[in-house]
Amino acid sequence: MTPDLECKALTRRFGEFRAVDDVSFAVPAGSFFSILGPSGCGKTTIMRMIAGFLEPTSGDILITGKSVLDVPPNKRAVNMVFQHLALFPMMNIEENIGYGLRRKGMSRAEIARKVDEVLERIGLPGINTRKVDELSGGQKQRVAIARCMVLEPDVLLLDEPLGALDLKLRERMKVELKALQAAFDTTFVYITHDQSEALVMSDQIAVMNEGAFEQVGTAQELYYRPETAFVAGFVGDTNRWTGRIERISGEALDLRTENGMLMRGASHGRALQTGDRAAIYVRPEAIRVAHGAEALEGFDNKMEGTVTSLLFNGAASRVLVRPATGGEEIEVALPQSGEFATTRKGDVLHIGWSGAQGNCFAAGAG
Amino acid sequence: MIPTIPQPRAVRLAYGAYVLLFFLYLALPLSVVAVFAFNDSQFPSLPWEGFTWEWFFGDARPKIGVFHERPILRAIGTSAFVALCVSVLSVAVGLSNAFLFNRYEFRAKGLLYMLMLLPLVIPGIVLGISILVFSSSVANGLWEVAQYDVQALRPGLMLVILGQFSFIATIATLVISARLQKFDRSLEEAAMNLGAGRLTAVRTITIPFLMPAMIGALVVAFLMSFENFNTTLMLVGSDAPLTIAMFDRLKEGSTPLLNAVSLLLMVGSSILALTVILFQRRN
Amino acid sequence: MRAGTKLGFILLLTPLLLWLSLLIIIPHIDMFLVSIRERVDVRQYETSLANYLTFFQEPLYLRTFLRTAVMSVLATLITLLIAFPVSYYIAKIAKGRLQAVLFVLCLIPFYVSELVRTFGWMILLRETGVFSNLLQWAGLADRPVEMLYNDAAIMIGLVYTSMLFMVVPLVTTLESLDDAVVEAGYDLGGNGYSVLREIVIPHATPGIVSGSIVVFMLSLGNYLTPTMLGGKDSLWFTELIYSQFIVRFNWELGAAFGFLLLLLSSLIVWGMLRLTGQTLKETMG
Repeated sequence: MTPDLECKALTRRFGEFRAVDDVSFAVPAGSFFSILGPSGCGKTTIMRMIAGFLEPTSGDILITGKSVLDVPPNKRAVNMVFQHLALFPMMNIEENIGYGLRRKGMSRAEIARKVDEVLERIGLPGINTRKVDELSGGQKQRVAIARCMVLEPDVLLLDEPLGALDLKLRERMKVELKALQAAFDTTFVYITHDQSEALVMSDQIAVMNEGAFEQVGTAQELYYRPETAFVAGFVGDTNRWTGRIERISGEALDLRTENGMLMRGASHGRALQTGDRAAIYVRPEAIRVAHGAEALEGFDNKMEGTVTSLLFNGAASRVLVRPATGGEEIEVALPQSGEFATTRKGDVLHIGWSGAQGNCFAAGAG
Repeated sequence: MIPTIPQPRAVRLAYGAYVLLFFLYLALPLSVVAVFAFNDSQFPSLPWEGFTWEWFFGDARPKIGVFHERPILRAIGTSAFVALCVSVLSVAVGLSNAFLFNRYEFRAKGLLYMLMLLPLVIPGIVLGISILVFSSSVANGLWEVAQYDVQALRPGLMLVILGQFSFIATIATLVISARLQKFDRSLEEAAMNLGAGRLTAVRTITIPFLMPAMIGALVVAFLMSFENFNTTLMLVGSDAPLTIAMFDRLKEGSTPLLNAVSLLLMVGSSILALTVILFQRRN
Repeated sequence: MRAGTKLGFILLLTPLLLWLSLLIIIPHIDMFLVSIRERVDVRQYETSLANYLTFFQEPLYLRTFLRTAVMSVLATLITLLIAFPVSYYIAKIAKGRLQAVLFVLCLIPFYVSELVRTFGWMILLRETGVFSNLLQWAGLADRPVEMLYNDAAIMIGLVYTSMLFMVVPLVTTLESLDDAVVEAGYDLGGNGYSVLREIVIPHATPGIVSGSIVVFMLSLGNYLTPTMLGGKDSLWFTELIYSQFIVRFNWELGAAFGFLLLLLSSLIVWGMLRLTGQTLKETMG
């Protein structure tokens, strides 16, 4: 089956600066695809090229298998939900949603029917004659999507549309967007710098950095099996140590950190050699906490440390532990099962993790 | 339509050409006025008889330059005097109005604001004749009651100043109000909190904040007064401001002297205007 | 209000009231009173509508009045048509320094006296003028061409003189139009025409209205341009007012003319505001 959207070796330069550098990817029909990256990584540039507001320097963009490079933005079967939504303030809701249908020369009656239908689907029936600024943030969001979806595009582009909303609403809209995507059964391409938006909603996520894709995969793959140091550092929280590799046996390796600690990690198939400078990434929740050393028998990495700070945040509570052997504080997830309810600053705790949890990358970026 | 929407090259070029043509149209009349100020001929028209400074500095007939032409110099002086009075008066009243509309809530506020805007939509010539009619009524009334003729109420500089002030005050009010609306009142509160009295707070905090707008309004008022024609025409007495004096000469036929005066006007007002624009851009 | 505030309020209110009453309201009332009186003998006046009757009975007056109105409307339309693309270019297409420079270039000519601008057009258009000479030089005419003293010359002058007052409000409103809104219009299938009609123009309406009002007002009340570019027979209503007041010294009829001009301009301004649902405060303030 041809993918709904495919980019081939897409490149865009601004002068000498490569905003997008040889990016290729395909988005299967009906999926939710996100491009996740820090601001300035080139994700907006990709989106604007797909929408037709920016011409690629080289490469190709295909929609349902056909190149659209020569198709002007108003003729492309992609629609875009703009960052600040760009609802037309001079029109009411009905006119906003009907705008694209009028361009297609559809009859008034049919436009009215379609508008009602889509308003029904987004759960806002009867707001036809309301003004744009009479709607709440979440309602505007849904209208902006409806305005595109009524045109039945092959691909819907969403440019950080949740950025302007407050936290609570943003959490709700994540769930709602995912549900809308499923309901409309349309391909969504979503760009964001907020990893939790990408992780929660997407079928596939591309992590982008400095104009190129670092890794494309499902949320789980990115989280548990990052392929690059950048992804390991950007997606989710993590502890990081840099040092030199002393020994390699198969996937397992030993790394001597800068302040002399010996640490077991895993290369997960990456080419690393003894003597390389490298960094090990360990997630806070991959680290086990115990009151005594005996509970951590099976782990490759074990140490004793003092609690320097308690970061209580309900289920996501953490402690910062300073190892007795010295070195930086380690962030560790604190289970809320009651066992550590009395833990205070200054307490001594034992922590440990298996070598396989210590993702090791050649040091450099990230 | 905007740079991010791809457009055919021909459309973009045609659009650019149109804009260029527009600016040529804007520049054309002013350029010819400027150029013919240097024509060594009795008439500001082709053929070009050669370059001369005589229309600025000449002191012998037939080519008496601006700087030796008494009536023109006097008219410039009159205009400057009128413009100074009008601009100072307008800014003072404008400042007062801005504070009134910004700081107080009162019953007739909406109505008064509307009335304040009205001079902008009254044709200048009507403003002129209404003031002329009214001042004559008052003067005639005074004559009948007290046998005393108030010269100030007869056509002359006093009426010209009042007539111009009557609509330039609106513009000063709008300019100063716009800036006052952007003023963060907590700054004044902070000043009072630090021991300033209400008036001191306004004088030391608010007025300095308004200064760019006040200077802008002053210059705009000065220029508008200097170039005003319609209202002035109806109220002028024996001392003619520059625009009226030039108009009278133009009716009789023009010499490059008028071009020279015009060029000086252009240079003067451009410098004033540019200074204000740059000054405000910096703030 | 506290005593101090009250005193401040009165001090601030006084200049406003003096200005509006002595220079705007009472003079206009007085002008109206003068316009409805008729001189029956030396220093003997009677209240009557004779002056207005004269206006309606004398075809020249009525024709001049209507002609002034129609020409002013026309001048407003032409100014709008010329100014809109330029304003759009300055507001949405030119960027950065170019934008600032173009805008200032638009402003500068209008800080120069209207007299000078009109004088410039006279030099260009008259029989011995630049255009006439150019035409002869190019062989398109074999004798001097008089381009002054006709309606087209008046129109050119009016449009030129009013340009700034259209460009500034248009640029201001168009600048506030978000690029993303225009892009959204295209993204949803619109083309240049439909985006212009459904998005750009509705957005620019306040600017169009305030620009048009000012341009119309200025054209209607203009005296200099019609007199100098249109010559003796330019038939502009302000000329009638001037001649009644200054030449014929018939203030009663002149006041009636003035009042009619005021009425016409108020009517058209009011009608335009009603038509577009704007208020004077939004448009001018």
